[in-house]
Amino acid sequence: MTKRLISDLGGLPAGSIDRSEHEPTMTERRIDAMMILLRAKPRSFWASDENRRTIESLEPKTYAESAYYERWVLAMKGLLLEKGILTEAELDAKVSEVRSREQMAKI
Amino acid sequence: MSSHSKDHDHGHDHTAFQKDITEPKEDWEFLEIAIRELLIEKNVLSAREIQDEIEAWEKKNPEKGAEIIARSWVDDDFKNRLLSDGNKAVAELGFTVESLKLVALENTYEIHHMVVCTLCSCYPRTLLGVPPLWYKSREYRSRAVREPRAVLREFGTAIPESVEIRVVDSTADCRYLVIPKRPANTEKMSEGELVKLITRDSMIGTAEALDQHGKRS
Repeated sequence: MTKRLISDLGGLPAGSIDRSEHEPTMTERRIDAMMILLRAKPRSFWASDENRRTIESLEPKTYAESAYYERWVLAMKGLLLEKGILTEAELDAKVSEVRSREQMAKI
Repeated sequence: MSSHSKDHDHGHDHTAFQKDITEPKEDWEFLEIAIRELLIEKNVLSAREIQDEIEAWEKKNPEKGAEIIARSWVDDDFKNRLLSDGNKAVAELGFTVESLKLVALENTYEIHHMVVCTLCSCYPRTLLGVPPLWYKSREYRSRAVREPRAVLREFGTAIPESVEIRVVDSTADCRYLVIPKRPANTEKMSEGELVKLITRDSMIGTAEALDQHGKRS
């Protein structure tokens, strides 16, 4: 039997649908905007299929438990590293910098 | 003080966003800030472009789709063109659905169409705006193709057993727009009045258009 992709949800049993509306947060809007800009002309760093491939190759646990835009930003990170636009080292350093800055702002 | 308020030197109104600004808490929210700042530092993207893109999306909402549907209700020739070549027909009204095939599906007294994207969240965003959360949810994606009538009932949409339900699954390259049934007693209404009866959900197929009084039927 072929293995079912983590994204292949059609027909699986599931509970009731939460139909409440949601106003996208600033973080979500920015992720959406950056994804479009990086994929669209003139940059065309990747195709929409690559975006999906990256989301679908997330760890099954990550895929199942992540928020929608969390999956998007993880995919964006994966593609930026894969295409050599950013490196793991500079991204790790930046995340630490942002964290300590936000921590300082609270004190 | 959030980091966002520091770069407010571009003099435009942000009031619509204010309620959403919160401090980052989750790992992925920190990751977003880090990626964005690096891309800006390295001149891959500019802050201005990101802001412009956000504002461009703000302007995309289901009213665009509703204008197309209202036209199809009042103009049979347009409806036929919409059904035979969605991209070409919406271009007549000034809408472009770039590099995607747009397929319009007509709901009738015999067939009711309902749209899902079981694999992800493909949606005609240019015409309907960003998809609602439920459209992207595991529950909707799983169940829409297996038990559409039960899903429709959850949405408060009662489709008679005699009507065939056809569920269509979107792809990265093909998007669907449902033409809901024109409600009864709307013959005298103008196109502009009809637009108000055409809801987002009626164009996804999880609801019918509102009745002539603008109420759920």
